[in-house]
Parts: sequence; C-alpha cells; structure tokens
Amino acid sequence: MIWNRKHLLDLQSLSAEEIIHLLDTAREFKAVGQRSIKKVPALRGKTVINLFVEPSTRTRISFELAALRLSADVINFSAEASSLKKGETLKDTARNLEALNADIIILRHGASGAPHFLARFLGAHVLNAGDGAHEHPTQGLLDVFTIREKKGRVDGLNVTILGDILYSRVARSNIWALTKLGARVTLCGPPTLVPKSFESFAPNVRVTWNIDEALRDADVINLLRIQHERQKASMFPSTGEYAALFGLNTARMAKVKPDALIMHPGPINRGVEIASSIADGPQSVILEQVTNGLAVRMAALYLVNGGASLQVAG
Amino acid sequence: MLLDSAALQRTLARMAHEIAEANPDAGSLVLVGIQRGGVPVALRLATELAQVFGRTVPCGSIDVTFYRDDLNQRTAPAVHPTEIPGDIQGKTVVLVDDVFFTGRTVRAAMDALHEFGRPSRVQLAVVIDRGHRQLPIRPDVVGKEVATSLRQSVLVRCSSGGEEDGVFIRDSQTSSAAQLAS
Repeated sequence: MIWNRKHLLDLQSLSAEEIIHLLDTAREFKAVGQRSIKKVPALRGKTVINLFVEPSTRTRISFELAALRLSADVINFSAEASSLKKGETLKDTARNLEALNADIIILRHGASGAPHFLARFLGAHVLNAGDGAHEHPTQGLLDVFTIREKKGRVDGLNVTILGDILYSRVARSNIWALTKLGARVTLCGPPTLVPKSFESFAPNVRVTWNIDEALRDADVINLLRIQHERQKASMFPSTGEYAALFGLNTARMAKVKPDALIMHPGPINRGVEIASSIADGPQSVILEQVTNGLAVRMAALYLVNGGASLQVAG
Repeated sequence: MLLDSAALQRTLARMAHEIAEANPDAGSLVLVGIQRGGVPVALRLATELAQVFGRTVPCGSIDVTFYRDDLNQRTAPAVHPTEIPGDIQGKTVVLVDDVFFTGRTVRAAMDALHEFGRPSRVQLAVVIDRGHRQLPIRPDVVGKEVATSLRQSVLVRCSSGGEEDGVFIRDSQTSSAAQLAS
C-alpha cells in the first residue's frame, strides 16, 4: 500500500485500504507517544499552519501537538485575531500563508467544502480539521482506530451513533469510515435531528428514533453533543427533555451489552447526552479517544506530507 | 543464489561466535534488528547466541522510517513496530541488518536508537556487505562480502529456518534504485 494523496479532505473519497493504512501507521505513532522521548524528526524543517476560522480548542491542540511531535514548526492562526475580521477573503488569507512557505495548512471552517476549495489552488497540503456539517475526517479516523484497538476489528460490529446527526460532521465522517470497514451503523436521536434520508449514505446505515432499539444490540455507542451553535431553529423543546428521551442514563445503560464501548468526541455535556457516572465508567473510552486522536493526526500529517511528491523513489 | 540454507546457517553461527568473542559479558548485550530485513536475522543470531552463552540474549526491533534522510523525496514509507527490550542505557547494542549497502539506514538507526537511551557501545552486524557505501560507517561483523553492481539486488531470506532460506542475488532495473534510496 502506497499512500499517494496530497490532501486529507474527507473520508468519503478514501478507500477501505487507505483508511486501514492510516490506522496502521497511527498505531506506530501511538507507540512513539509512549516513549520517554515522544518526538521524531519525520517533518523536520516543515511549516504547519493551523488555520482555525471556526473556534476550536481540543482539535487545534491535538493537531499542534501532533505537528510538534513530528518536529515541524507550527503557527496557530485563529479568526478572532486576524485579517479575516478586517474583511480579507479565505482565499487571500490562505495565499498569504502559502507565501510564507507553509507546507501544510490545517483548516477548520464553518463552511462545508472550504478545505476542498483551498486544495484547488494551493500548492501546500491541506488537512480538513472540520468543515461545517460536512466532515471531520481525523475524528472519524480516531473513532475507528479506538474501536479497532478495543474490539480487534470493525467488520461486522453494530455501531450506534446517538444524538445530533443532522448538524454533525463527526457523524458523517464516522458513517463513511465505519461502513467502508464493514460495520453496521444505526443512527438515533430526535426525528428533527435524524432524517431518514441518512439511510441513503451507505447500504449498512439504518435510522431509528427508538432509543431502546438503537442501544440493544450495539457493540459501540458513539454519543454526539447537541450542536447548538449550528442549529438555525429550535430542533427540540428543551435540553431537559432531550436528556430524558435520548440521554444515556444509568437505566438505559443497564440494558446495554456489558462489553459495549461508550464513545464521545467531546466536549461532553454531563447530564444531557450522557450521565456523569457513565462518562467516567469502565465502558467509557472517551479519554483514550483523545490519546488516539494525537496518533491519528500524526499519521495523517506524516502520510499527507509524503503524498503526491514529485517522484517516488524506485 | 549466493548462500543456500545450510551455508546461511553456518554464516549466522559464525557471526554469533564473533559477536560473543567481542562481547564476553552476555548480560550487557542487546540485539536490535532493523526493520524489516534485520529483524529475522537478529532473531536467528539471538538463538545462536543463547547456545553460545547458555542464556537468552534480549532481542528487539527498530524502525528507522522517521529518521531517514530522504523523506522529502518519496511517498511516506510504511512504518513498522519498534520494540526495544528493556533499558539500553550502558548496554552494548548490536544493530543487525540483512544487507549493508549505502550506510544510510544504519545512520538513521543510530539516530533512532539514541532516543531510547545512551548505550555504552553500538556495534553493527550484517549478513551481506554488498559495497557502495555512501557514509563513513563500517560493519563490525560481516557474514559475507559480495561485490555487486547497482543493477543488482540482494535478498536475504532467513525467517523460516528451513530449505527456502538463503541469500539470493539478481539483476533488476528497479529495485537497485529503490535500495539506493534506502
């Protein structure tokens, strides 16, 4: 398997083989993170720019640390303190960054397709760190990495994604990665946030609005936060009602498979989509997802940097 | 074919004796095979050394991918596991590879190794020295020296321990360039 992609824009366009190659590479980077010297010189001399037009803390820190551990130089760029506030276009901002000889641009943007747009005219490598409600490829990858590590496989597993599906790029990236690797995906939440049309994403996707049915056979339960910031209208009456109808509480947890993994991309709203005791419980792998995210992002930076180079040695 | 299965076995046994002679203190010896070709060689040498010393010798692996000097000139190479057995601080580490060619892999391996500690000595054992060094690095223990052309490629197969094992040399257009880069 030779990785020959210059950018990482989405998971929809990746093959199962490419996803597995990235996950295998990430496994070795996870081992690097467990050494006393956690840094390798793979991207020495490269400049990585975190272009975060939409606010983010955890993804930005994870990408920043990933680039630092590969020995790259990293610049963080946030919209609040930039010329974007003065009316500069995204295209001009990106071109200015490229004029500084940036090698890799990591983009977080509120508009779906923004990284694809940059990739069309930039010479630099582009990594999507979340674009609107479209995709969040490294989150999808770290989720399947965690499932594969804990369960030993992804193929044949029942994975339930519970919560705000409509506005969730995490859900979309998860659906692509999981179905490509052979999992069966169940989407569940309030009907206003879980449209039936999602079943047309892939053959192994089903939608149910019955939470008991969604949880019963699940090997993995991935809980999503309600994206208040993205919702244009009120999609359900109150957070209290959401917690009562679709929150993972101890009563529902009692009926879940005893070896089911509980996942959440964070930040978690304790008492809303997940009870505190479950988030901190033995089946929760929420903090391991954070650790794995670092390894996955190191792998993505490493592979993309070598992708579409001028010549392949040999 | 350069060496058949039996000749390769004799070569490995002799290499093990040379390593043992140079390092009489078995307790401070650690073998580290360079991914991927050096790993099965290191395992075979560890088996031989266990017989010589009457005790097991720790044996691990090291992946040098991230330390290569040609990462900018090629697609990202696949990464393989690094497993350093225990603490190498103050130990004698014998780096093991199948074929010694340009010396660039060994340079990368020395950089990678030093992330894990400061061995008191580092030595290099290779089955085949095929020439064409590009760096001032020389193996301490050599199974066999062979003059090769850049058009040729050398393959050491020693993981099975059976009849399929051996050292093979063949003409090829593509693999020599690929190996030059490695």
